[in-house]
Amino acid sequence: MRHLAYAALAATLAMPAAAQETQVIGISIPAATHGWAGGMNYHAQEAVDRLEGVYPQLDFVLATASDPAKQVNDIEDMLATRDIDALVVLPFESEPLTGPVAAVADAGKWVTVVDRGLAQEGIEDLYVAGDNPGFGRVAGEYMVSAMPDGGQIVALRGIPTTIDNERVEGFQQAIEGSGIEILGMEHGNWNRDDSFTVMQDFLSKYPQIDAVWASDDDMAIGVLAAIEAAGRDDVQFVLGGAGMKEMIQRTAENDPMVPANVTYPPSMIATAIELTAVGLTSNAPVSGEFVIGSVLVTPENAADYYFPDSPF
Amino acid sequence: MTATDAKGAGAQGRARHLDLKVLGPILALLALILVGALLNANFLSMGNITNVLSRSAFIGIIAVGMTFVITAGGLDLSVGSMAAFIAGLMILVMNGLLPTMGPGWPLVFVGMTTALVAGVAAGFINGFLVTTMRIEAFIVTLGTMGIYRSLVTWLADGGTLSLDFGMRSVIRPIYYDGILGISWPIIVFALVAIAGEVVMRRAAFGRHAAAIGSNDQVARYSSVNVNRVRLLTFVFLGLLVGVATIMYVPRLGSASSSTGLLWELEAIAAVIIGGTMLKGGFGRVWGTVIGVLILSLIDNILNLTDGVSPYLNGAIQGVIIILAVILQRDRKAGA
Repeated sequence: MRHLAYAALAATLAMPAAAQETQVIGISIPAATHGWAGGMNYHAQEAVDRLEGVYPQLDFVLATASDPAKQVNDIEDMLATRDIDALVVLPFESEPLTGPVAAVADAGKWVTVVDRGLAQEGIEDLYVAGDNPGFGRVAGEYMVSAMPDGGQIVALRGIPTTIDNERVEGFQQAIEGSGIEILGMEHGNWNRDDSFTVMQDFLSKYPQIDAVWASDDDMAIGVLAAIEAAGRDDVQFVLGGAGMKEMIQRTAENDPMVPANVTYPPSMIATAIELTAVGLTSNAPVSGEFVIGSVLVTPENAADYYFPDSPF
Repeated sequence: MTATDAKGAGAQGRARHLDLKVLGPILALLALILVGALLNANFLSMGNITNVLSRSAFIGIIAVGMTFVITAGGLDLSVGSMAAFIAGLMILVMNGLLPTMGPGWPLVFVGMTTALVAGVAAGFINGFLVTTMRIEAFIVTLGTMGIYRSLVTWLADGGTLSLDFGMRSVIRPIYYDGILGISWPIIVFALVAIAGEVVMRRAAFGRHAAAIGSNDQVARYSSVNVNRVRLLTFVFLGLLVGVATIMYVPRLGSASSSTGLLWELEAIAAVIIGGTMLKGGFGRVWGTVIGVLILSLIDNILNLTDGVSPYLNGAIQGVIIILAVILQRDRKAGA
């Protein structure tokens, strides 16, 4: 009995010493409620597994939240009970998360914000962001190059959000004056079933559609199914986006209906975790803003963007 | 006692305003068809009608089952997630057996059986918890709604479950083909609706469901096996969710956590628009069919016209749902 007690005492005494050396990075992300978020969860988990091997002195706490309120709780718990040294957060929504993340920053912890910015500037130490206007611009530029003589297209939009607005504005600016006319634009909500329905109705409404900007690969799948079912051969191609592996594969195999893709990589969470780890463990400065550009994927470079193990 | 009085008054009111209450949903549907035809010439084309009816079939088949559950005084919020879960299960089973069975109709048959068995089992679980465990239907199905939604996300590892490509061409005709130009989803929806209408009007089961929804104590004293009928309404609904899933999977050959999102609310809205009472006691299957068509037509018309900002689609749907119910409200109850 006494030995056991001594052992326990020794263990408790040893703990603080060990804790001083170990630094904890808390990661708070939305749960895998749709394809892109599923890929983001996969890349977050993969980055954690890899970095735990690279940096034995780092501990990672990964929490996924199904709504903003749960994410606020996650972050408060991390600060109160896990004693984190840094927080990597992809906010579910900007407004509700701004206060709790600011509290983490005020407590002197390192804060990395990913993808969706906070409602107030200057809270985070590092901002790793996707380029939404660029995502629209690259898609628009591709449309212009694929249809140099102009043409009539329809566009599907995502869930009404700032992200969607920025993409659509970027797209519209890129095709301005090119002779490409947007016949109609409806919300497909980044959802296969919704975009299938919207595309069926577009096909009923317009007798001639040259191309479709589906703006997302989930929506592109619904659009392609609707075109196939209608047996229409006037649509030359469908441009999706975000780089779902099935669609990248079709581009790599030179499918004429899916000639290209525009990335919005869910792996940006891995970039954020990696940079945060570098900042904690080395003297390399990593504060500031890191914008991950949207890249055009064509059959030539498709292999570089194909991740067969990712769910997305 | 007060409840019975109100019911009696309601019955009188119903008799007096019979015309408007019966005609309300039909008038709303006709008005929508007229608006659609005026706004776009393609609205009444064969292609568009087929599209609208086929896509109505999922919610429609489920809503027929929901009519019985609501008539018997219950509610089922889990049908949307249940459909997503069953779709995921069906795809996994077919993908798993593909190497041994090879692509073909036997495997499609196995997939269909999986969907029906899973639907019946899921419906039974809901019904068992509501009747034997005596938990409110709202709470039980709110719980199972979350469970099935999480399960499909988990099965899909956060991504999308896709049917193997070899199998897709075999199963595709279930959604896209049919007899004499009428696609299978429309045929199945029509058969389910006709069977539902007959059961509701002619069979003892339909009358028992209405009696239970009206007053379960009186029904019990009239030697109706209340628990058994209630349980059966949930099992019946689960079976129909399975049937709807069989129609759904061939369309895109995939299931994800966003499959069947909000289907439960659309089905409940269709049932209520059709004239079934949310508190139970009176159900109308043909009204439900009209309700489903009204909801799909609103979407279709909004997509076919340019006048309305897509941001307002939800608002227009809401207004039309409320109007359709106002048209057939019980004036006596309001007074």
